[in-house]
Amino acid sequence: MTQPAPSAQHHGPEQGTVTGPAAAPPSKQGGGLRALGLRADVRNLSLLGVLAVLVAVGGLTEPDAFLDTGNLQLILTQSSVIGVVTVGVTLVIIGGGIDLSVGAMVALASVWATTLATQDFGFAGILFTAVVVGLAAGLVNGVLIAYGRLVPFIATLAMLASARGLALQITDGKTQIVTVRSVLDLGLPDAYVLGIPPLVLVFAAVTVAGWLILNRTTFGRRTVAIGGNAEAARLAGIDVRRQRLYLYLLSGLCCGIAAFMLVILSGSGQNTNGNLYELDAIAAAIIGGTLLSGGRGTIVGSVLGVLIFTTITNIFALNNLQSDVQQIAKGAIIVAAVLVQHRTLRGGET
Amino acid sequence: MAPEPPLLTMSGITKSFPGVRALDGVDLEVLAGEVHCLLGQNGAGKSTLIKVLAGAHQPDGGAITWRGEPVQLSSPITAMRLGIATIYQELDLVEGLSVAENVFLGHEPTSAGFVVRTREARTGAAALLKRLGHPEIDPACPVGSLSAAHQQIVSMARALSHDVRLIVMDEPSAALDPDEVDNLFRIVDGLTADGVAVVYISHRLEEIRRIGDRVTVLKDGRAVAGGLPAKSTPTRDIVAMMTGRTVEYVFPERPAPGGRATAAPVLRVEGLCRKGEFEPVDLELRPGEIVGLAGLVGSGRSEILETVYGARKPAAGRVLVDGTPLRPGSVRAAVAAGIGLAPEERKAQALLLTESVTRNVSVSSLSRFARAGWLDRGAERDAARAATRELSLRPDNPDAVVRTLSGGNQQKAVLARWLLRGCRVLLLDEPTRGVDIGARAELYAVIRRLADEGLAVLLVSSEVPEVLGLADRVLVLREGRVVHTADARELDEHRVLDLVMEGSPTS
Repeated sequence: MTQPAPSAQHHGPEQGTVTGPAAAPPSKQGGGLRALGLRADVRNLSLLGVLAVLVAVGGLTEPDAFLDTGNLQLILTQSSVIGVVTVGVTLVIIGGGIDLSVGAMVALASVWATTLATQDFGFAGILFTAVVVGLAAGLVNGVLIAYGRLVPFIATLAMLASARGLALQITDGKTQIVTVRSVLDLGLPDAYVLGIPPLVLVFAAVTVAGWLILNRTTFGRRTVAIGGNAEAARLAGIDVRRQRLYLYLLSGLCCGIAAFMLVILSGSGQNTNGNLYELDAIAAAIIGGTLLSGGRGTIVGSVLGVLIFTTITNIFALNNLQSDVQQIAKGAIIVAAVLVQHRTLRGGET
Repeated sequence: MAPEPPLLTMSGITKSFPGVRALDGVDLEVLAGEVHCLLGQNGAGKSTLIKVLAGAHQPDGGAITWRGEPVQLSSPITAMRLGIATIYQELDLVEGLSVAENVFLGHEPTSAGFVVRTREARTGAAALLKRLGHPEIDPACPVGSLSAAHQQIVSMARALSHDVRLIVMDEPSAALDPDEVDNLFRIVDGLTADGVAVVYISHRLEEIRRIGDRVTVLKDGRAVAGGLPAKSTPTRDIVAMMTGRTVEYVFPERPAPGGRATAAPVLRVEGLCRKGEFEPVDLELRPGEIVGLAGLVGSGRSEILETVYGARKPAAGRVLVDGTPLRPGSVRAAVAAGIGLAPEERKAQALLLTESVTRNVSVSSLSRFARAGWLDRGAERDAARAATRELSLRPDNPDAVVRTLSGGNQQKAVLARWLLRGCRVLLLDEPTRGVDIGARAELYAVIRRLADEGLAVLLVSSEVPEVLGLADRVLVLREGRVVHTADARELDEHRVLDLVMEGSPTS
């Protein structure tokens, strides 16, 4: 649970001194938690190591194209949209749920926010609509799961289907071009702050917010509790259902924000937006060390997972490898990450 | 003629896990046809040892000899093929499959190698169940619908479906009623008469007296005594070997009722009932008082507790705290009113096993340490630490992961949770289950002290001496009905057992 280090150099043998934010001032008997906290740190450090290796590979194979400022900005920008979605999904998974509908929610929010009627209201109208549509879809998910007692897999699968359908109905399959200048301007280099695209700043803000929520608030603590042992949480007096509802709302909110970002990025709204985001987001969370059964995971890990994925895609594209190869590589990485996770977990049981 | 070699000899078995030396050179010798009891506190290495025996763990060192031949138990299948079967405490049955399918899981009678001959499996299962004294269990019935006792029988039938020479039973009586325990012992007798050896693990000394032939005592990963006569070794010696102390059940002294008897009740239960679980029950709990519910498994004890707590919705009746009725069926209402529950299944129902002590203790009081949802983690930690220190939870480390704690200290973490919450009524369901003998006395003292400080305690335990030793008043339950209420000092174990079995006082 370390913050992303500013440099990838520091994944050396300093593990002994790294403690998670939850860890105590060093105490002689703290072997247990420090072992666990350390494990999360080691995992995040090793993810950082993987990222460093990828950067090295990119730098070596395509030294000019890869390390170009524009390309690095591109990688970060591409990570931003899926990254925001992944933060929400990570919280849902830590809370013992799953959200398969994120891609469809992004699509629905992006097309609803770019209809001619919405665009009449300008920047605020687009942003507001995207966020509200995301929240509304998340609300439906949350109510169905928390109070309708639907299995999260089923409820969000249903949302995936219907949100995509609704998005298609709204657009009739056409691309909705955005004409609001103030929105489009945010995607242009002129809007960059110290060379950083605004979308990346949003991603960073969402990441920090997600980290704070998970590690510094009662909400985060309750999320871990219901994901780790829902029955124990209920008997401890936690309102498990309300907590679940909030988590899906949060995921919907992230999708709304991501939809707005996608609108900026593409200058349009399409019903095919956010295709397979659910898989990418869940995969990134898992690679980042989030337990699919809930109760454990880190925001930093998920974000690193996203960056690793995007960087691989970028390197492959620069080296003219087609997307089929990329997909295969992604699959292999997921398997490798889960194998490593299993090993770490088994090491933890006595 | 030379004496027959032991069926099993384990010598110098060592096994380490990261940070723990679980077995530190254990010797165990089991003869054919004997009941060999394995005693030891939690963490003494019993579970690890039987997992080594089952082939589930590989020892780091030591030698195993099986019927005179050195062997390596490299996998559960190897152990099974040699004729070693293990019945774990947490039964490893597939709930969705039928009894017969479970019994023959992995070695189903088949035609052409893959078509299961269902009828043959059912006949075979029925024969095994009959041998175990339970012909009434239907082999076609799904295992999930059976009682815990019957599931255990199925587990044993599965063991017997192999050509078994040694059965390891890990606390088989823990979930059983006395008459079911009798049946279990008949089964064990039958097995040993056939020459099968039984390694029997139990916390209950009286059981070991009844069926054991020899005893091996483990402590801190070592066998401190091997092959003692089970029937004649004095209890005091055995306890001393297990604990390194000579303490047995020690109950704290009851304070004089004093003003307690006249204080207004903090908890009142009026006509609370649930169909098929328990009939209308009334009870009052005053501050400083410990009331015990005694009864067999299935007498409705735990159900009453959970209904008072709101975890089950009552069919009728109400629960009042300080005269104010609680919203029925709402745990949150009960917690808000100051009720806390330490449930029977500590690990499944109370603890976040992979989380720290602090997080487990604070989970019910989080909003107290938060402003607008923002946690003051320093305050949280300090308060949790104060609560665990008051209960002398060991280790005194708020960051220790709860999974690594002993049963007694895990229970203290649960109690600390409610102490921190400032609760006034504590519901304890089997508070010493899975807690070793040495730590029990300490837990009893803690519970009594909490009561002395003004907490009202409702206690459920299947160990009658515990209820009698700890409670001030006792309600005796039988089949969901309160059959007797009395001052604990007016009752003795014999009387309570009579009431529990017969439902009316006999003399």
